[in-house]
Amino acid sequence: MKLKKVLACLLAGTMVLSMASVMTAGAASDEDNKLTVWTWDPNFNIYAINKAAEIYAKDHDGFTVEVTEIQSDDIESKITSAVQAGDLSTLPDIFLMQDNSFQKYVTFYPDVFTPLSDSGIDFSQFSAAKVAYSTLDGTNYGVPFDNGAVINCIRTDLIEQAGYTVDDFTDITWSDYMEKAKVVLEKTGLPMLTAQAGSPDIIMEMLQSCGASLFNEDGTGNIAENDVLKKCVEIYAQMVADGTLVEVTDWDQYIASLNNSSVASTFNGCWIMASIQAAEDQSGKWAITNMPKLDDVENATNYSNNGGSSWAISSNTSHKDLAVDFLNATFAGSTELYDDVISKGALATWAPAGESDAYNVPVDFYGGDTVYAKIVDFATKTPSNTTGAFYYDARDAVGVALSNITQTGADVDSELQTAQETLDFNMGM
Amino acid sequence: MGRKKKMTMERRHNLTGWLFLSIGVLLICWTSFYPMIQAFILSMKNGLGVNLKFAGFSNYLRILKDPTFKGTLFNTFFYLIIQVPIMLTLALVLASILNNKDLKWKGLWRTCIFLPCATSLVSYSMIFRSLFANDGFINTLLRGIGLSPVMWFANAWTARFVIIIALIWRWTGYNMVFYLSGLQNIDYSVYEAARIDGATPRQTLFKITIPLLKPTILLTTITSTNGTLQLFDESLNLTNGGPGKSTMTMSHYIYNTSFVQSPNFGYAAAMSIVILVMVAILAVIQMKVGDER
Repeated sequence: MKLKKVLACLLAGTMVLSMASVMTAGAASDEDNKLTVWTWDPNFNIYAINKAAEIYAKDHDGFTVEVTEIQSDDIESKITSAVQAGDLSTLPDIFLMQDNSFQKYVTFYPDVFTPLSDSGIDFSQFSAAKVAYSTLDGTNYGVPFDNGAVINCIRTDLIEQAGYTVDDFTDITWSDYMEKAKVVLEKTGLPMLTAQAGSPDIIMEMLQSCGASLFNEDGTGNIAENDVLKKCVEIYAQMVADGTLVEVTDWDQYIASLNNSSVASTFNGCWIMASIQAAEDQSGKWAITNMPKLDDVENATNYSNNGGSSWAISSNTSHKDLAVDFLNATFAGSTELYDDVISKGALATWAPAGESDAYNVPVDFYGGDTVYAKIVDFATKTPSNTTGAFYYDARDAVGVALSNITQTGADVDSELQTAQETLDFNMGM
Repeated sequence: MGRKKKMTMERRHNLTGWLFLSIGVLLICWTSFYPMIQAFILSMKNGLGVNLKFAGFSNYLRILKDPTFKGTLFNTFFYLIIQVPIMLTLALVLASILNNKDLKWKGLWRTCIFLPCATSLVSYSMIFRSLFANDGFINTLLRGIGLSPVMWFANAWTARFVIIIALIWRWTGYNMVFYLSGLQNIDYSVYEAARIDGATPRQTLFKITIPLLKPTILLTTITSTNGTLQLFDESLNLTNGGPGKSTMTMSHYIYNTSFVQSPNFGYAAAMSIVILVMVAILAVIQMKVGDER
């Protein structure tokens, strides 16, 4: 009996203590010189924000950032939950948001963001297309960060076995690319590309390379009658059928396929460099060039964009001035920062950074090529396209169509028709 | 000062009883019934994000026109119809084996079979995903014995099969524990008497074990039905609804409607209410079938 009482007391004691510790933890984060940040990817965004804090702290004694690593879709879920619950107090001071999601959140949840148009940040120094992602009705809601110019990363040692060099994959068309991919498969036994099943990343990149998108100018969905989209889907399905494009179950397996030499190349936003460079033993074996362009499509180019993100300041912050000043002094005002993060593939969209010498440095990992200058060049040639608040609804619907087409051999026209209907259904109330 | 009526002993006892009860009642009303009513009100509203407007029953009419909802409804009922009977039969068989008086190391076996229930839903889903991945353990095994590997997640039916295997692994032990406790309430002398009367093991099972276990079987059927209709973690983490939407469950679709697509909480709430009604109807049917008093 006595033992039970002692145990009960102990239990109650620990509960009180743990509650107390929670409360003190809450109080500690209230320091005036600290900003809380939500972002993802330790090799990339987290590295960048920590670097920015380091630079800012040189002139601002005691300044720190407290970074919480949260995946981008989890950040979005958390924001949605917070707004729906009517309690924004859980949000950090600063969070990073994918450019493709920005319109959706600014449209549906404008209260989450601090408007930045009159904050003193000079948005004219960023590329206009990039700023447009985080602008709604003329109001700026985000500070642009990295660019997602698409790069075609090729394993030179592998394509060499098929008798090719990087030049054979530069400025080419898809029909050419598909034939060469077959040769690579035949000689090396490896696919040319790997892709995450159900994720239409490659399709979206191909679309944008023609300046096309899943939306019409007026914002309505453009899937069923979209000839460019149909072409992209057919190329993708043909490559899957040829065995030159292998679908893997998830993102981790996609990254693994790059790092363990089970694929000859990949193309993706230039942020993929950080993941490729993680395999240090492959240094010198990679090269970077542009992506193939679609045959017989007007405005088709070898350049596209995938991803990229912008920093937002939450409306909940109690350090608004500090947060604005921090972003203004670093992501919108420090060549030192951009010179450093370029090594991770974080390509600046802030004009003054592009003029820096750091961009002309040869990189040994890519065979001594001046890859950063190359990417800047790609970025400037990338056509812009229409996205909007329903971007992910459209993308999701196309993803479903794509898996049905590649995996069950479903008819392209009827699947795209279904995707159009799904999108219309989501858009119509 | 007025004359104070003395409370009778009975009244006082009643009041004390209500007092104790009231705390629980208030908590249930606050944490359970109030959100339910709120959800119902939300289901009558229409709009994206925070721009909600009252719209009557239009969300419910929208469900009837939604092919994705019908697809997820099919998937969910497919899991229910295939997985629940297999799982419950297996649980009953395992429970009967473990209830054997002469079995050695009973505790060890029981723990082993119950252990899957102690794993988190997300982690076991991810483990199953890597087991069945293209170059995962199962395919390595298949190659090892000379069979061709299967792309489990590339085909709707194999992907559904993986979900069912995972569910059986995760939940059989849980239901077995209910059967075990039910079996232990059946007096062993009943079995002895049956044996003396010459009953075969088959007869013992159908004439004694199952009838006496009926309340437990009813309970596990209702909880399993309920759980399967609300299936979410496996759909999201194991297959992510794919390929396409062919393994997506209703709850996963509700989640997508709220958090992945453009946020339409009114519609999501309406779908939740529909699931609630389905669970209720199924539970009533099961109780009517199971209860012969």
